[in-house]
Amino acid sequence: MANNSSHITDYKVLTRVLLVLMFCTFLTISITSYNLAAFTVTIALLIAGFKSFLVLSYFMHLKYESLLLRILVSIVFVLFALIVLITFIDYSYR
Amino acid sequence: MMHNTVDKIEYVSFLEHKGRFKGLFSWIFATDHKRIALLYLYAIGTFFFVGAILGLLMRLELIAPGETIMKPQTYNGIFTVHGIIMIFMVVIPGLSAVFGNFFLPILIGAKDVAFPKLNLFSWWVFIFGSVLAIASQFMKNGPPDTGWTFYAPYSTATGTNVITATTAAFVLGFSSILTGLNFLVTIHQMRAPGMKFFNMPLFPWAIYATAWIQLLATPIIGITLLMLIAERLFGIGFFNPDLGGDPILFQHLFWIYSHPAVYVMILPAMGVITEIIPTFCQRRVYGYKAIALSSVAIAGVGFLVWGHHMYTSGMSNQARWFFSLLTFVVAVPSAIKVFNWISTMYKGSIDLKPPFLYAVSFIFLFIIGGTTGLLLGSIATNVQVHDTAFVVAHFHYIIFGGMGFAFFAAIHYWLPKMYGKMYNFKRANIAWAIIFVGFNLLYFPQFILGFQGMPRRYFDYLPQFQTGEVISTIGGIILVSGFIFMVYNLVMGVRKGEPAPANPWNGSTLEWQIPSPPPTENFDEVPVIKKNPYDYI
Ligand code: HEM
Ligand SMILES: [Cu+2]
Repeated sequence: MANNSSHITDYKVLTRVLLVLMFCTFLTISITSYNLAAFTVTIALLIAGFKSFLVLSYFMHLKYESLLLRILVSIVFVLFALIVLITFIDYSYR
Repeated sequence: MMHNTVDKIEYVSFLEHKGRFKGLFSWIFATDHKRIALLYLYAIGTFFFVGAILGLLMRLELIAPGETIMKPQTYNGIFTVHGIIMIFMVVIPGLSAVFGNFFLPILIGAKDVAFPKLNLFSWWVFIFGSVLAIASQFMKNGPPDTGWTFYAPYSTATGTNVITATTAAFVLGFSSILTGLNFLVTIHQMRAPGMKFFNMPLFPWAIYATAWIQLLATPIIGITLLMLIAERLFGIGFFNPDLGGDPILFQHLFWIYSHPAVYVMILPAMGVITEIIPTFCQRRVYGYKAIALSSVAIAGVGFLVWGHHMYTSGMSNQARWFFSLLTFVVAVPSAIKVFNWISTMYKGSIDLKPPFLYAVSFIFLFIIGGTTGLLLGSIATNVQVHDTAFVVAHFHYIIFGGMGFAFFAAIHYWLPKMYGKMYNFKRANIAWAIIFVGFNLLYFPQFILGFQGMPRRYFDYLPQFQTGEVISTIGGIILVSGFIFMVYNLVMGVRKGEPAPANPWNGSTLEWQIPSPPPTENFDEVPVIKKNPYDYI
């Protein structure tokens, strides 16, 4: 049978994560005032990716789940990246 | 032998169980996975019948060149709605919603799925989506005429009920996602004590791989159809080149879902076949792990081959050879399964009962469908036969010859368990023969017609194609008659048949160790699993 243990995260940890998330949001907005050309989107996506990582790990408790589950969730993101990448084999060479 | 040991115990089966509601309500508000499975069976059976009638109408139109029984625009509507019903309402949900619901929990030794109420909700969502889809046929602007693929930019421009039909597909997608999620959690959390992943029977393995695809791929079609609806309603230029959009983007998004979706159809079918063959050969499955993991491999690689539907669309050359390469890679795990089924039969004591007849014809038809898939997967031949009757023949061999025959195999295999009654074998064999002959007459000529240049989705044709088209139409009539006879035999079995013992086929998986029909909670005591499910020589 699967693990039935539930993990209770400390409020302090949750608050700190929340602060980091808000800081990242602020960062996403503020970089739009610099002209970074194509990198604007890249950086915004990187920050957004980091934020989802935090939400998944702490708010959704993935950090405290079994290794199997963490691997499965990671595979989903790898798959997504692959699909985007492969689509661009078409767009970059057309 | 474990025959009949559980037969004499007094118990209340799920069919007679008295719950909170009475009569019809005790079914449409049931949360028991077995009752929900039967709800799906009746709904999907009805839709299949409607879809088959539409198919027959198309075949009758094609019996002679020129207009015979309908106008071209009617024909366009009929092939579109035929496709939508068959793909989204019959073959995608089919095996996992009916037999997955009924047997997944039993095969892993659980009392129900992880979220029984969500399961009922999925059925209601499915019915709602289906009603919308059927309504699109009758509403005032006329049935959608885009084909089930809804290709842009035509779908952004035609005046027919495209929005209703795409909304229907969107809603049906939700049902699929929720079912997949439910099964994933069930398999992770509810396995009986001692049942490790590699002790699971292979039908649950197939359902597991399928559920991942349902969960991950279906949202993509949802978004795509929403984009299409937004383009139609607000003139946003996602796909229409006049508005700065890219029509090939639609094809990418559509097939990123719809190729994995073809594995939603076929993986559970392969799972069914993998259950039936060892039982009727009384042989241990050859290469248990290879079969389990090839399901996962098919699900994984199957996500990356969608571009083989787009060789002629104007996609870049680099993308074309890349997709062709991956298409050949994905055929390998499918071939592994075929090899393993045949090796399982080798030196077995084969018992040619109706479920096994359907199972071997599955293998035969799947080989034809699969190898013609490779022909389509190589770019040079694809350019020749893309959008011809050849493609129609390919996917009917795979979907009907594969998923359809697996469904028929499954119903003949598990009906005695589901209803506690047995059908007539002789009539079942005759129905099988009619269906098998009708099927091949219907679809094989289409390979040849396609090679000769007969386009698909055309209401008319040049006189030179008539011989093939007539043979095909005759096959269609034979097939539908065989199907009606099969259903008649099964219904008679359920209503008047002999009581079925707990283990009529001498199977070794868990469903055969409980009474037929099963009690509401499946197991009196939670089974403890100590060995591989296929306990034969
Ligand atoms: C052995 C593996 C398979 C290969 C290599 C393969 C290859 C292909 C290719 C290349 C096409 C595109 C043909 C064209 O439009 O020019 C195609 C079409 C199609 N295949 Fe397969 N296929 C395979 C298995 C399957 C399976 C398992 C299913 C479904 C259960 C399936 C269902 C379809 C459908 C529905 C279409 C036509 C879609 C449309 O245009 O309406 N195929 N296949
Ligand atoms: Cu495909």
